[in-house]
Amino acid sequence: MDEYGLKELIAHVKAGRLSRRGFVQMMVGLGLTAPMAAQMLASAGVAQAQSKLVYKPTKRGGGGALKTLWWQGATLLNPYFAVGTKDQDGSRIFYEPLASWDPDGNLSPVLAAEVPTLQNGGLSKDGKTIVWKMKKDVQWHDGKPFTADDVVFNWEYAADPATAAWCIATYKDIKVEKIDALSVRVTLAKPTPFWADAFVGVRGMIIPKHLFEPFKGGKSREAPANLKPVGTGPYRFVDFKPGDIVKGELNPTYHMPNRPFFDTIEMKGGGDAVSAARAVIQTGEFDYAWNLQVEDEILKRMEQGGKGKVDIVAGGDIEHIQCNFTDPWKEVDGERSSIKTKHPFLSDPAVRQGLNLVVDRAAIQESIYGRTGISTANYLNAPARYQSKSTKWEFNVDKANQILDAAGWKRGSDGIREKGGVKLKMVYQTSINASRQKTQAVVKQAAGKAGIDMEIKSVTASVYFSSDPANLDTYPHFSTDIQMYTTTMTQPDPELFMNAFTSWEVSSKENKWQGRNITRWRNEEFDKLYKAAEGEMDPVKRAAMYIKMNDLTIQNVVVIPVVLRPRVRAIASKLRLEQSGWDSDFWNLQNWYREA
Amino acid sequence: MPKYFLRRLLISIPALLGISLVLFTVLALAPGDPFEELATNPNVPPEVRANLRAQFGLDDPIPVRYLRWVTAMVKGDWGFSFVSRINVSTLIMQRLPTTLFVLGTAQLLGLLVALPVGVYSAVRPYSFFDQLTTTFAFIGFSLPTFFTGLLFILFFSIHLDWLPFIYRADISATGWRWAWEMARQAIMPITVLGLFQGAAMTRFVRSAVLEVVRLDYVNTARSKGLSEKATILKHVVRNALIPVVTLVALQIPGIFTGAVITEQIFRVPGIGSLLISSILSNDTPVIMSITFVFSALVVLFNLIADLVYGWLDPRISFR
Repeated sequence: MDEYGLKELIAHVKAGRLSRRGFVQMMVGLGLTAPMAAQMLASAGVAQAQSKLVYKPTKRGGGGALKTLWWQGATLLNPYFAVGTKDQDGSRIFYEPLASWDPDGNLSPVLAAEVPTLQNGGLSKDGKTIVWKMKKDVQWHDGKPFTADDVVFNWEYAADPATAAWCIATYKDIKVEKIDALSVRVTLAKPTPFWADAFVGVRGMIIPKHLFEPFKGGKSREAPANLKPVGTGPYRFVDFKPGDIVKGELNPTYHMPNRPFFDTIEMKGGGDAVSAARAVIQTGEFDYAWNLQVEDEILKRMEQGGKGKVDIVAGGDIEHIQCNFTDPWKEVDGERSSIKTKHPFLSDPAVRQGLNLVVDRAAIQESIYGRTGISTANYLNAPARYQSKSTKWEFNVDKANQILDAAGWKRGSDGIREKGGVKLKMVYQTSINASRQKTQAVVKQAAGKAGIDMEIKSVTASVYFSSDPANLDTYPHFSTDIQMYTTTMTQPDPELFMNAFTSWEVSSKENKWQGRNITRWRNEEFDKLYKAAEGEMDPVKRAAMYIKMNDLTIQNVVVIPVVLRPRVRAIASKLRLEQSGWDSDFWNLQNWYREA
Repeated sequence: MPKYFLRRLLISIPALLGISLVLFTVLALAPGDPFEELATNPNVPPEVRANLRAQFGLDDPIPVRYLRWVTAMVKGDWGFSFVSRINVSTLIMQRLPTTLFVLGTAQLLGLLVALPVGVYSAVRPYSFFDQLTTTFAFIGFSLPTFFTGLLFILFFSIHLDWLPFIYRADISATGWRWAWEMARQAIMPITVLGLFQGAAMTRFVRSAVLEVVRLDYVNTARSKGLSEKATILKHVVRNALIPVVTLVALQIPGIFTGAVITEQIFRVPGIGSLLISSILSNDTPVIMSITFVFSALVVLFNLIADLVYGWLDPRISFR
């Protein structure tokens, strides 16, 4: 889909022929993010949709205890150290950003009085400055007022390399100045189409200046408030035991009226996903359980006559197979999968196309993932007229055979294809995980029918996903022919995500395998598009570029998307809340309530 | 005896050093990285990780890191967790009470079951009671705790809906209500562990008593007209218990380090679950401290067992 196609679609939304949500979902299917889609609509003047959830309680408190279950407990409560979602969620109980991302990718103000737009003068035309206005009369839990100084301090804190904040990339190239007590100006280094990153969502939780100022930089680990957070959130800190429990109580001076509903909150950690689901859905001991990596069949069985239900929200996490464009079996200068080599058979587009045809996504979804993995549905489900032909998938072993035959890959006596002495034998690696091993088996079987021999390899997750430069089995080393894992795209903008296909990001010995380009695929057109998109201020043009980039990776079969992994949570039947795939689980915790 | 004690204590120092060296090297060479999440998140620039590695001293060679660890440990500084960035000693102290309570009670329960049952079945070997307890004991220690634990949860929590299966260390109630809630949530993990321990111990007590009960001096005691109760309690049990005491003493270090599997199943926030989550996240300072403390306790309680042995049996002398 190009720019004109996008504009046409936006016109449909404006005229009411296409729902807002439908548009957002379609964009997600094209490799974009919901916040980006929402931005396009906003620029075209389509009004923001209201949140679905209606908050019914008419007074603060009285809701009793809210008990939530995370099978990996929060280990720290400083949002700037919180790499893992469990830690971000734990911090989000107490700390708040200026604005959060709602399920449709809209910004919803939290500590900000309003979301900056071109219309209200919050955004400059050149895309370089943003003015944030803060709410009046917001208090920290210790009674001190929340002001612009706090916001400016957060930038200084996070941008200091010695602090080693995980979100430093968001803050290091910007400038933040105080305008008056309740407004700040953010100046970006270059025109940035996607400006809503600093002070927004999980990367934007604001910590109090008066408690953290002495502990900026190298001393950041020593701050007592790392363990006893003092924020602005709906709940005040009570107790924290790393890996076990986070407890909070109602904040009587919370800045939104009649909120929060619950008197206490508890985030209990530990155990496993299955029993967490059980405690919410079957026994009702808890109200909410996070990240249920449980087979859908088990969940369905629990749901029958249970006390809770499963809540599934689409996000951008994609389980996919990557093709190695370099030779993993030849060592050059002490490095396997070196960029100086070429893969003996995966460099042939016919082989990659054949491979793409033997991945039976429908079967994988049906028999393995169920509701918890959608066979990259958006390529398929989008209305036919918008569907990009290049990104359609199909499962067709016969066609794979034809393509491979035509490309001169002849079957040998053992049924395995070969050409010029090179056999189509590949090693297929992934992490140890029941669903992944089943997927491997499904793919291997179909590949066998197409004369491709696959050897299955599975690596312990803690090794596979590590950054150890000395270990060949990590995913960035990519010492096999193909590999499969999920990339999480919870970040609201696809720029960093797409970085994974640029030629300057190739993972290699030189950068200690920290480059983002794991497949080592290089394409001039892609590089050009990526560079152009970096400075493109028209959100629609920019989206078109990203769709084109996505098309390039799919057309060239650099990656083979398998299933989209939505967020799966368990919720007590009477608990009312709204999930967002683009922010923390607690993005609107203040609005959670229980129906009588 | 003080001289003996001192000598044993001195011998244990090189032993502990050796243990720590092995542990440290194995952990340092093991694959994995405490900053794994930083590595897989595309939003985190690699410099952040490099910076943290340097700050936490992970880039130094292993001997340097080991020496630093040893000197800090001697000074009583256990280091800090890479994952939660707080002191390991704080982390351990937060979890020790829970582990001590659950495992200590379980051990006590095991003993309370094992002693009377074991003694009684040894006094009347091959009676119906003995057959029954032997059967149960065999079932008890051949079923692993993760199985009985899940069975208990399935039956008492899900089927009957009587007991909660998620253990919470800090219940917000007070007074009797607190005690009631505590008992309700602790009963399953304690029973699972206690019965497992008790089953093995019953067999041990039985065989120890059986050996003694046949000896001539027991017959002498009986023939001189002592009551059966006095014979068993004063003459048989006292002597038979010497090996049992040693066994119990050697099990005590285990109480401090928790029960990894049972704690995981019931979400008991004890040392065992801390250990497993640290291993999963490659949090080496925590793993190192827990395993090292465990080995130190094993060495210490070995010594204590030996001393107690000599005190119970005067024929043994320390030289």
